Amino acid sequence: MNQRRKFLKNASLATIAAALGTELAFAESMPFGYMPVAFQEQDPYKLFSKEPEMVLLNDRPWNMEAQAHLLDDEITPASKMFIRCNGKIPADIDESSWTLTVAGESVSQEKTYTLQELKTKFKKHSYQLTLECAGNGRSEFDPPAKGNQWTIGAVSCANWSGLRLKDLLDDVGIEDNAVYIGYYGKDTHLSGDPNKDPISRGVPIEKAMLEETLIAYEMNGEPIPLAHGYPLRLVAGGYPASASGKWIDKIVVRDQVHDGTKMTGQAYRVPCDPVAPGAEVSNDDMCIIESMPVKSIITYPKSGAIIKEGRELEIRGHAWAGELSVQSVEYSIDFGSTWQSCSLKEASNRLAWQHFSTQIKFPRTGYYEVWARAKDQNGKQQPMILPGWNPKGYLNNACHRIAIKVV
Amino acid sequence: MSESSNPLELVRKLLSVIYTVLGLIVFAGLILIYAVYIEPYENSDVVTETEIVKPDVDGLVEGEGREVVATNCTVCHSAKLITQNRATREGWQNMIRWMQETQNLWQLGDNEVVILDYLEKYYAPEAKGRRQALKNIEWYELED
Repeated sequence: MNQRRKFLKNASLATIAAALGTELAFAESMPFGYMPVAFQEQDPYKLFSKEPEMVLLNDRPWNMEAQAHLLDDEITPASKMFIRCNGKIPADIDESSWTLTVAGESVSQEKTYTLQELKTKFKKHSYQLTLECAGNGRSEFDPPAKGNQWTIGAVSCANWSGLRLKDLLDDVGIEDNAVYIGYYGKDTHLSGDPNKDPISRGVPIEKAMLEETLIAYEMNGEPIPLAHGYPLRLVAGGYPASASGKWIDKIVVRDQVHDGTKMTGQAYRVPCDPVAPGAEVSNDDMCIIESMPVKSIITYPKSGAIIKEGRELEIRGHAWAGELSVQSVEYSIDFGSTWQSCSLKEASNRLAWQHFSTQIKFPRTGYYEVWARAKDQNGKQQPMILPGWNPKGYLNNACHRIAIKVV
Repeated sequence: MSESSNPLELVRKLLSVIYTVLGLIVFAGLILIYAVYIEPYENSDVVTETEIVKPDVDGLVEGEGREVVATNCTVCHSAKLITQNRATREGWQNMIRWMQETQNLWQLGDNEVVILDYLEKYYAPEAKGRRQALKNIEWYELED
């Protein structure tokens, strides 16, 4: 445990004790990530060790996003990672008794593993995986779509470690008729109804069997932070982040498309055929979102920079394209009339975001916007205006813009 | 100093009367808060006693119907889920129906009209078009 981590852990224990107005018994042996129930509605910045510039969208359930400039790190630290909760974070987490059960119509036999078995019996793999909320950018849709009004910061790329889901499924043994996997977690429904799941989504079996699809127990080399799924999270990078179930204790292998909460109806679905803004779309005409679309963000400088005439401006950021790689990133300083290319790095592994940068010369003083747009390996580019309207406000990958003044 | 004719003593007596009256007002207020906010939850079979959550009026625009909205709409989720959203009356009604069908929201009875009137008035959509101008830019000098 490094010094900073130690400090953070101690700080949060002190905070807990202060807020509860009492000393915490056994504070030293309190497992990482565990929070007393009394804590579930306290200051989220302290509770989840988040940067003060993170933006709180909702406090019940917890939903918080980054601002573009906070995401400048190549690997997103926990303090700058967006939080998306559908229900209540589990209150009493005991790592020593945590188990994961693999069940469903398409397993040879149901099997349960302790956390310790998952960590020791299977090979550990690490990947940088981009997780973006399907509703990132929802705030721009017109007519508006209900839900958390994410702007640009519901995306992250951390380094996740754990076992491959594929290795787990091979150990359990699955039938040829498997088409989908679904997860269940220990978070609880907002209404308090124990018979309702806050969310239970999943991915097609082909995605489940990919090398990068993990049952993760570490993020950035540490136990997964509480808000991000401690102690166990399914991580399926490139898909809507809701497919990466948190606090999971069960995986089901299905002989049909998983029909858990928020897999059906209109949730995480878009119209199969494009519709006019504001159209009503029946459930039958909505299709499940799989790979997220190509997108990029400018993480430096922060929007609003004033620079002296004649100075070259360095810009940098990240680009990603769901299941695909990004082939190029361009920028424009004249509202999309002309585009110049940025330099773009290869991904450190498949499904990791790629870093771009360039130097910009501005021709004269005045107000500018720097726009960035990425192109995926198949030639699809980000649009400059909003892409197809959809009832739930998903998949807004319109190009990111920052404002610059040259004086 | 202890003589009642002392003007300082009169001021002190006057102050103690004022404090008593203020105290009574605060007490009455607490009873009112209990009656309006807390009591309905204790009678609800949806929310158990250990899960009583104080209605959250924080951030809800001042206006007729605010308390009814707070009482009915912030038991499961916070007021922030309301204040960050915009919809037409029909849109808000659809959200209520969805919550009733899938999220254990109770029947709202006569309160539904009050709630919809409030939401329609204070949280109506604004036209945004296909892309808005960049807004709320915080200008700063970028260091070299």
